[in-house]
Amino acid sequence: MAVLRKTPEMVSIPNSFCPGCGHGILNRLIAEVIEENGYEKKTILTLGVGCSCNMNGSWKGDKIQTAHGRGASTAMGVKVARPDLLSIAYQGDGDAYVIGLAETINAAYRNENITVFVVNNNNFGMTGGQMSWTTMPDQKTTTSVHGRDTNWTGMPIKVPEMIATMPNVAYVARGSVQSPKEIRKLRKYVKNAIEAQLNNEGYSLVEVLAPCPTNWGMPVDKALAWMDQEVSSYYTLGELKERKGE
Amino acid sequence: MKKMWKGNHAIGEAAMRAGCQFYAGYPITPQTEVGEYLSWRMPELGRTFLQAENEMSAMYMIFGAYACGMRSMTSSSGPGFSLKQEGISYMCANNYPAVLVNVQRWGPGLGTLDSSQTDYLRDTRCGGNGDCRVIVLTPNSIQETIDLIYIAFDLAEKYRNPVEILSEAALGQMMEAVEFPEFKERTEDLGWTWDGTDRDHGRLANPDKPGATKAKYERIEANEQRYETYQVEDADYVFVAFGLPSRTAKNAVDILRAQGEKVGLIRPITVWPFPYKAFAEVNKDVKGFISVESTDAGQLIEDVALAAKKLRFNVPVYGQFTNQHIPKAKEVVKFYEQVKAGQIKEVF
Repeated sequence: MAVLRKTPEMVSIPNSFCPGCGHGILNRLIAEVIEENGYEKKTILTLGVGCSCNMNGSWKGDKIQTAHGRGASTAMGVKVARPDLLSIAYQGDGDAYVIGLAETINAAYRNENITVFVVNNNNFGMTGGQMSWTTMPDQKTTTSVHGRDTNWTGMPIKVPEMIATMPNVAYVARGSVQSPKEIRKLRKYVKNAIEAQLNNEGYSLVEVLAPCPTNWGMPVDKALAWMDQEVSSYYTLGELKERKGE
Repeated sequence: MKKMWKGNHAIGEAAMRAGCQFYAGYPITPQTEVGEYLSWRMPELGRTFLQAENEMSAMYMIFGAYACGMRSMTSSSGPGFSLKQEGISYMCANNYPAVLVNVQRWGPGLGTLDSSQTDYLRDTRCGGNGDCRVIVLTPNSIQETIDLIYIAFDLAEKYRNPVEILSEAALGQMMEAVEFPEFKERTEDLGWTWDGTDRDHGRLANPDKPGATKAKYERIEANEQRYETYQVEDADYVFVAFGLPSRTAKNAVDILRAQGEKVGLIRPITVWPFPYKAFAEVNKDVKGFISVESTDAGQLIEDVALAAKKLRFNVPVYGQFTNQHIPKAKEVVKFYEQVKAGQIKEVF
């Protein structure tokens, strides 16, 4: 039987993401897990630069707007000052995997007790759809107008797989908002990532595949179908590093 | 009782006395000993030291921690301090306090490890984007370095603005006899910090409203000018120097006074805000100002000329620029003699 869930208070302000964007779903899942754990007033969200900035206007909780790519370092500083709070970095793929690759990898390398969510929509959304390190081969963007040439620009990067090789990190997963089934799985990943931090298990990362119909130039149904057929077959979904004892 | 301390170690210990709870930094000569010292001293005191992957990341660790009100510090030199400029600009934009230490080395790019003052213009104007200012304190001894770090956190929190200690390679590397103040701790809630409850983070000066930022800087300019003047009331010529060159310039004043020459010295301790008030103490009939600095092309001299203009001295401003070494007192004396003989062309 379908269960009616109340919209969490933390996402009760209408967001300003584009129609069909995947960010809103992830916002809600994070809010649900925070509220389940009773951390509404004990969470600091560090926002990266890109479409994450939209949450300055809609996320009803403490948030720090940091610089482009510096989310993990800032969230780590927050955790040093307030180990009793939940410190989350919320970033996009351009932010965490391109300009902020060093900060992302190094925070994981040190096994900081923080949680990082990276929305991977295969392009730089906020600036109007430029190529990112996660742009798919042959994908057209405003800086790869004939389709991404992987001979020249490299193959799409898989950061969660890299981080999962580090011996100490607590939890790494890749989920997707492409279907209700995947959203249900993603919710479990979000819960694991947050609870890993609350239990002082160490670093946790969840990458979230999300549609960007506006910049992909596709209607939502086609965007979701492309994710199902192309994106999620390259970016394998599932838990890459499970929590110890789970 | 006074004890001999190396400058960079003293920076670390002074920060401990001032209640610093978190340090993040990256090794770079000639400031590396700050991090080396704190790497064992901070755990000993139950505080947090972190060697970061680069200077920029260290900056954002401080950014996050001070957003939550924790007394935090970072330090670097030359190229490393360049990397921090983005974060400094973000801190100014968000009205976050911070204590930053720049133990200057000479030159652009990689530069050299020589003692110098070539970061003056960048640091007094804030090298990051936007129109921001950092309170910049310039000690000329290890004792003064300690004393300034001891008040730096209070100043930073009072104005919700970064405070920088602008030191020099030789000042970081040499040893002097010093005394440390007692340990202090700020325990009260600053009121605006991030604590997870989404309370009002009330900006003292809203960067979205340029007028408000200007009002904050005007308060700092009115309240925080720090300086020392020496025999300027009857001086025909006044040297202006900060940091280590101010010590040799002061010796030059003594040598020249013994010869009957009427010279004096202004030593800025804050270089932003620049101590215009010091120039009000100068003899109204002064014949010229001489900026003495360890730079290549002259940097402090621009502020000296602006100060002369502001105080309505219509006199020449000369510059003695000694590149990557601290001018010796006898060099300053010789330069003065050439100025007096009309052999040196004024810069302004």
